[in-house]
Amino acid sequence: MDVAAIELKNITKRFGKIVANNNVCLSVYRGEILSLLGENGSGKTTLMNMISGIYFPDEGNIYIDGKEVVIRSPKDAFDYKIGMIHQHFKLINVFTAAQNIVLGLKSKEKFDIKTVSKQVKAISEQYGFDLDPNKKVYEMSVSEKQTVEIIKVLYRGADILILDEPTAVLTPQETQKLFAILRRMRDAGKAIIIITHKLHEVLALSDKVAVLRKGEYIGTVNTAETNESELTEMMVGKKISLNINRSEPKDLVDRITVEGLTCINPEGIKTLDNVSFSARSGEILGIAGIAGSGQRELLESIAGLQQIENGSIIYHNPKTGADDELRGKSPIKIRDLGVRLSFVPEDRLGMGLVGNMDIIDNMMLRSYRKGKSIFLERKKPKDLAERIISDLEVVTPSAQTPVRKLSGGNVQKVLVGREISASPTVLMAAYPVRGLDINSSYAIYNLLNQQKEKGVAVIFVGEDLDVLIELCDRILVLSSGKVSGIVDGRGADKSNIGLMMTSYSGGEAYENV
Amino acid sequence: MKTSEKHVKEPLFHITKRADISILKSILIYAVAVVAALVICALVIISVTKYNPIEVYKEMIKGNFETKRKFFNLLQDTAMLLCISLAVTPAFKMKFWNLGAEGQVLVGGLASAACMFYFKSDIPSWALILLMLVTSILCGIIWGVLPAVFKAIWNTNESLFTLMMNYVAIQLISYFIAVWVPTGSQVLGVLNQKTKFGWLPDLFGQKYLLNIIIVLTLTVIVFIYMRFSKQGYEISVVGESENTARYVGINVKKVIIRTMIISGAICGIAGFLLVSGASHSIHKGLAGGMGFTAIMVAWLSKFNPGVMVFVSMFLMFLQHGASSIATKFNLDKSVSDILIGIIIFCIIGSDFFINYKINKRAKAKEVTQ
Repeated sequence: MDVAAIELKNITKRFGKIVANNNVCLSVYRGEILSLLGENGSGKTTLMNMISGIYFPDEGNIYIDGKEVVIRSPKDAFDYKIGMIHQHFKLINVFTAAQNIVLGLKSKEKFDIKTVSKQVKAISEQYGFDLDPNKKVYEMSVSEKQTVEIIKVLYRGADILILDEPTAVLTPQETQKLFAILRRMRDAGKAIIIITHKLHEVLALSDKVAVLRKGEYIGTVNTAETNESELTEMMVGKKISLNINRSEPKDLVDRITVEGLTCINPEGIKTLDNVSFSARSGEILGIAGIAGSGQRELLESIAGLQQIENGSIIYHNPKTGADDELRGKSPIKIRDLGVRLSFVPEDRLGMGLVGNMDIIDNMMLRSYRKGKSIFLERKKPKDLAERIISDLEVVTPSAQTPVRKLSGGNVQKVLVGREISASPTVLMAAYPVRGLDINSSYAIYNLLNQQKEKGVAVIFVGEDLDVLIELCDRILVLSSGKVSGIVDGRGADKSNIGLMMTSYSGGEAYENV
Repeated sequence: MKTSEKHVKEPLFHITKRADISILKSILIYAVAVVAALVICALVIISVTKYNPIEVYKEMIKGNFETKRKFFNLLQDTAMLLCISLAVTPAFKMKFWNLGAEGQVLVGGLASAACMFYFKSDIPSWALILLMLVTSILCGIIWGVLPAVFKAIWNTNESLFTLMMNYVAIQLISYFIAVWVPTGSQVLGVLNQKTKFGWLPDLFGQKYLLNIIIVLTLTVIVFIYMRFSKQGYEISVVGESENTARYVGINVKKVIIRTMIISGAICGIAGFLLVSGASHSIHKGLAGGMGFTAIMVAWLSKFNPGVMVFVSMFLMFLQHGASSIATKFNLDKSVSDILIGIIIFCIIGSDFFINYKINKRAKAKEVTQ
């Protein structure tokens, strides 16, 4: 076809002084999958939000089927048959799939939920979805919820679909299944835009790739004519090597032994169920699993922040040789025992740092209690802040800048820097590269590797299986709070780990496509 | 389709958050707000009262500064408002919505009055003053710490709890006055009128000077406590994120209770100063709503005690000025309240322009094809 389904011309969007999109031009044709590739913060989601009516562009025009349009609200977007599937699902838990799908639709007559169910079934069959329209959302897995979101926009007649990082929460098997569905939709003549920063997915799925970098439109290439390193270069702006140096672990000694750990959340559900493993000094233990499989609870248990139902956590103190029980101890007591435990939590600004405080005050979080004086001592934290800024190349106007004003990568450097500065014997990091650009991610991997070489027991919770396999010495796989296996990182098989991730959740095992 | 019709409709402007703003610019915005407020007030004055607004404004200034007595009244009320603002600051910084300052001040005042009523001049005046101070602080603490304990242990809603404690305090005062005043007039006269026992002494012949000095000292102490002490740091961390506080091992419950002890204690001091240093009596309106105004002062000053000095003075200036024009021009008090409302509305509203910017949409550039 000659006319693009949707075409953007010279779109610019600013937030204050920050230019989120600058003069972006983009077009998608029907029967085509376009990947919108770019690092975090490059303006992908902002751009798509302008198509779906959430933001309004400061400058530029949008054309649909060659006609200029003005999209001022999500409702306008619906009228133009644009449907966006957001990264964070917008569903009502106590409603069924079918109820969620018709929610917000206006109709003169009463909705007959049976007819709706039939229509939903028809859509499911057409594209190969697997969905029970009468299932309640709270009983659904993440991938089922995503299915509901996709059918929701299809039900409304969308033929331009935008998916924001749809694979971030899926296992490899679920990802393959989603891709098969997207290909079927493409073949049915829909225009599909998928936002992602995973290169191998781009290459596997899309027909064309459009690259954004720091809000600037870099270019569009045909997927068939490109490769990973060219795309990386377009994304980052320079050639970088994507290798992690994994050294052989040395002097392996058990540092933390977890035995039969069980945790129950306030709703009475077992978040951890009889978890046993040991973390050894001088190695990186990876923890894989679908989001919410008990990763957070596991790390918080060790850090003394979780109510533990059963089991024990033994710390083998390298200085005294004593075995200390950590269960039932507060973070302060654990510290008083001489346990040098550092923890980079998942929620950086909500737990690891205080967003409104400057870098110096955030340094003090761990150390402010030192000394008998009732007053704070700001000299040492200031030195530490300045050292971290220069050692880890934190980009900040000054050490007095509130950390919420820093970019994601720099926030993480401040947090990891502080945690490492305590010269820990155990370092736990939950999703430490989430939201970071490629350069910062590799900087963090390097820091973790350096700690490992120093003899620290590193526990790394990750979501990207490729990275886990490349970085970790051993990988523990969690599935619904249970350990479904511990595999060697060298030579681990990605699809095998994917199967282990769902082995206890009653989820179906898919054939690897 | 309605496409063609929509085609021309574009939003005229849109609002964006400002990243940073220079101090000069923000002062300028405040100045514009004050001018705008004065202009709107002038229009209201002309349309409602037919007086010359300039005369009215003059009277406002006169009402505050004409005589030494008026000026010290302004300073005294400013000091009291400031004192209560200081009291609520640690609590609000911790995101503990203490709406009970009014009650905490009242029970503090009641404790002082009770000491004066029962001890009369049986013990030396300095001992009586000391006793009044201590009991006031204790009562303020009880009123402040009760909701904090419930919040810490059972996670009850502190805004409701503190708010309801105000009414308990008011009723307590009614009760004691009824007991103390057998005539049933519900008015307690000035206590120890002759002996002046339990009265804070005059300094340099000024009745309120000691009050003012005490509050200014408190201002410095609260500033240092919040900015430089470990406890102040813990308050900020708990206020910003309880999760972070737990993560670094801060005992959140302990901090909540400890902070409300401090908040209640300062309210108790305010009650003591109001009774011992000013009214020497007690009635239900002793705090005069300052327990609530103080919340506004604390927020407007962004919890900086230094700024609070000026904000509380400004609000008191408005209040005194308003009641002065009400008397002078024989206006209903509502008119002067309306004027105060307009001025405060404009100043608070100008905060919007400090935090946000209004952009006009630039026309799309012509695309060469």
